[in-house]
Amino acid sequence: MKRNKTYNKKKTVIVFAVCMVMLAGLAGRIFYLMVIRSEYYTQKADDLHERERKIKAARGKIIDRSGVVLADNRSVCTISVIHSQIKEPKKVIDMLVKELELSPQEARERVEKVSSIERIKTNVPKETGDRIREYDLDGVKVDEDFKRYYPFDDLASRVLGFTGGDNQGIIGLEVQYDSILEGINGRILTTTDARGVEVGEIGESRVEPVAGYNLHISMDYNIQRYVQQEAQKVMEEKQADQVSILLMNPQNGEIYAMANVPEFSLNDPFTLPEGTETEGRTAKEIQDMRNQMWRNLCINDTYEPGSTFKIITAAAGLEAEVVSVDDTFSCPGYRVVEDRRIHCHKRTGHGAETFVEGAKNSCNPVFIDVGLRLGVDRFYRYFQDFGLMRETGIDLPGEASTIMHQKENIGQVELATMSFGQSFQITPIQLAVTVSSIINGGVRITPHFGVEVRDDEGQLIDTLEYESKEGIVSEETSRTMNTILEKVVSEGSGKNAYIEGYDIGGKTATSQTLPRSANRYISSFLGFAPAKDPQVLGICIIYDPQGVYYGGTIAAPVMQRVFENVLPYLKIDLKIEKQNG
Amino acid sequence: MTDRTLALLVVLLAAAGLALLYSTSMYNGRVRFQDPAYYFKKQLFATALGFLVCYMVSHMDYHVMIRFAPPLYGISLLLSVAVLLFGDAYNGSRRWLSLGSLSFQPSEFAKVAVILLLAWHINRCQSGMDSLIFMIKTMALVLPVVGLVGTNNLSTAVIILGIAVILIFVASPGYRKFIGMGAAGIGFLAIFLSMESYRLERLAVWRNPEEHEKGFQTIQGLYAIGSGGIFGRGLGSSLQKLGFVPEAQNDMIFSIVCEETGLVGALLLMTLFALLIWRLMVTAVHAPDLQGAMIAAGIMGHMAIQVILNIAVVTNTIPNTGITLPFISYGGTSVLFLLGEMGLALAVSRWEKQEFL
Repeated sequence: MKRNKTYNKKKTVIVFAVCMVMLAGLAGRIFYLMVIRSEYYTQKADDLHERERKIKAARGKIIDRSGVVLADNRSVCTISVIHSQIKEPKKVIDMLVKELELSPQEARERVEKVSSIERIKTNVPKETGDRIREYDLDGVKVDEDFKRYYPFDDLASRVLGFTGGDNQGIIGLEVQYDSILEGINGRILTTTDARGVEVGEIGESRVEPVAGYNLHISMDYNIQRYVQQEAQKVMEEKQADQVSILLMNPQNGEIYAMANVPEFSLNDPFTLPEGTETEGRTAKEIQDMRNQMWRNLCINDTYEPGSTFKIITAAAGLEAEVVSVDDTFSCPGYRVVEDRRIHCHKRTGHGAETFVEGAKNSCNPVFIDVGLRLGVDRFYRYFQDFGLMRETGIDLPGEASTIMHQKENIGQVELATMSFGQSFQITPIQLAVTVSSIINGGVRITPHFGVEVRDDEGQLIDTLEYESKEGIVSEETSRTMNTILEKVVSEGSGKNAYIEGYDIGGKTATSQTLPRSANRYISSFLGFAPAKDPQVLGICIIYDPQGVYYGGTIAAPVMQRVFENVLPYLKIDLKIEKQNG
Repeated sequence: MTDRTLALLVVLLAAAGLALLYSTSMYNGRVRFQDPAYYFKKQLFATALGFLVCYMVSHMDYHVMIRFAPPLYGISLLLSVAVLLFGDAYNGSRRWLSLGSLSFQPSEFAKVAVILLLAWHINRCQSGMDSLIFMIKTMALVLPVVGLVGTNNLSTAVIILGIAVILIFVASPGYRKFIGMGAAGIGFLAIFLSMESYRLERLAVWRNPEEHEKGFQTIQGLYAIGSGGIFGRGLGSSLQKLGFVPEAQNDMIFSIVCEETGLVGALLLMTLFALLIWRLMVTAVHAPDLQGAMIAAGIMGHMAIQVILNIAVVTNTIPNTGITLPFISYGGTSVLFLLGEMGLALAVSRWEKQEFL
């Protein structure tokens, strides 16, 4: 029998020591994994164990000035499948094909896809969702959520805008006020085992959704509806491409109505108008057509304002004191500027006339003279000072910028054409705001729809504030302009907008679109009432009317009918009553 | 005088093992056998049997037992051949012999047999222990069982080889030749690894488990360990055992221990193992003769190799290979023979000279 020698013992201790060093190293490794890397692995593990389902937050409503809901929500369902919980794939596929009208091929792919949760379809009508729930198939989830619903379908479609599948705004006020309207989505977290079966004892944790706030806007449902009907009527009568009518308060910038016909269905915003040829078009072309359908012409597009711009030239002339109401001019039917002969719309000429008469006649030579008297520097400075180079800041997305000559490129000819509203482009809203500042005593206001933010109980959350800038023109110039423009309607080219008993100011315009050879016109009328203390300002723009295209003949009567209905509705006093009272 | 500390540690580890196994295997038991205690019951039976064996062995004279080493080794060789011919395959490996409703894993028996055989062989070896011939002869003695076991259970073969190397190291004086052997071993390992591409793939998985499909088990283990944090989710509250860590009650059980009992529990369990290995070392050092020392050192080596390799694999410190955690992982044969081995160690400790470390 051998002895257990010292070296045997020593070597046993060495083996032990080596083992302990290794164990200590592993303890260090465990410390690293369980303390330093803990957060990372815990997160990964939680992602693995938790199935998350979204609970959509109710989107805030859009409500008009008298409480009519213009954009609302409707209960719909989202259908999902959880791969690991499906027990009867055949039945699930059949159900999806039958209820959701999926192709059998697609349904099979979605059901057989190995994913923790597969969303099959959103915005399914509640009735369909209830039916699917009654099948009681394992692994099929029906979650309630909301879909945006527009009770008046195409009312102010290009203003309100619509939302996408995830309830986010896509155009219009829905985009502009997305952060106010959207709310915060909630979620249901459930812990599951590897087969996807929920672990009962842990249960589910719910984070409740927070509903979005309601947006109260200055639009009035009744006015908008009436204005939209009028626009539709004139578009059909004149076989025009499009008609825009804008109605706003020139004192504070609140917009009462903004119609851009043809409007589109907000509840079905991706369908192009009936009869649109989409055969053989690329997806991009079709999307371009949709974008065109969604454009808000009052804001997203510029045009040559034509004679309505004479209001601005006149105001600049009066401010600079290069012209007074009684100055006399003579119109031979044209004016020669440098080597160019620029015609008046009345080729035979207006003869001798005062400045006021020139305005009533919308006489081009008179305004060319005023423009030339101002000179390039002053004209350009007024153009800037009136705010025409900046956007109006309206609370709608995609406002177009003014298209204007570089100052160094403006010669006498350009100056002359600009004086009566040609050779540059602005948006209709820009014209409305600039004219507002000239007729309201010199305050440039910010045009807007959003007025207040309230929660669904009506509690005021926020009052929306807008900038305004005083001193655009003097009070005196403003009063003078009101008088002149009142005469344009009562005695001059805008007489078709005249309403018995009301004193209305306004200006007509007829402009030719580029290229001039196409003979396409834009007829427009800008009017406001009462002329002495304007409460309502409206613009009616008819794009490419057929037949008679003079603004005074076709656009002014539209505004007359609008005023006739809207002024009493807004309880704006009749001139006569005022005088009597 | 039996080593009471060693006995206490064995009881503690076996009890902790049962509790942790019950917690870990509940889900798989319920899902597969509609009985949460399915694995626990089988393990409890094996543990009870094991303690009986442990008690009996600890009261026997190891000098007598060691005389039966060659026939025991012969039996283990026969069983290893039998398992190759008539074994049951489970999870793709043919490792079990069935006897009625009982199944038996011969490779677990082979480990004990090898420890006894080497102790017997080293004791009666006539040539000088420092000679190369001694080493070659000793290795040659275990090669048949390594080869037989290694054909379908490489990890156990590696453990047996490891035990043999440790025993030769302890028995043979000098150090220099072991350095050479170590170098040769590493060289052999490199050639071995590069011979088959699936082993290289394992290396790639080891280095970046999240990128590889086959890193699934490893990464799930890491999720379990990492999500334990300092104090753990609480015993019974593991989520990774719910089918995420495959066969959680087997090789990967330590990851669930980490998840449920946290860093504190994991280090406590490792401390228990360290104490057990320490007591085995003390037993070896205090053994009155080389036979006893070899038995105790072999058992110590066996415990240390399995604990270290298992934890290293679970924490992805080394590439994946299937090694169970003694006393904790599920396996009736394993716990039975482990307790038998502990009985042997206790038997050696009874002969200790009455002196303390």
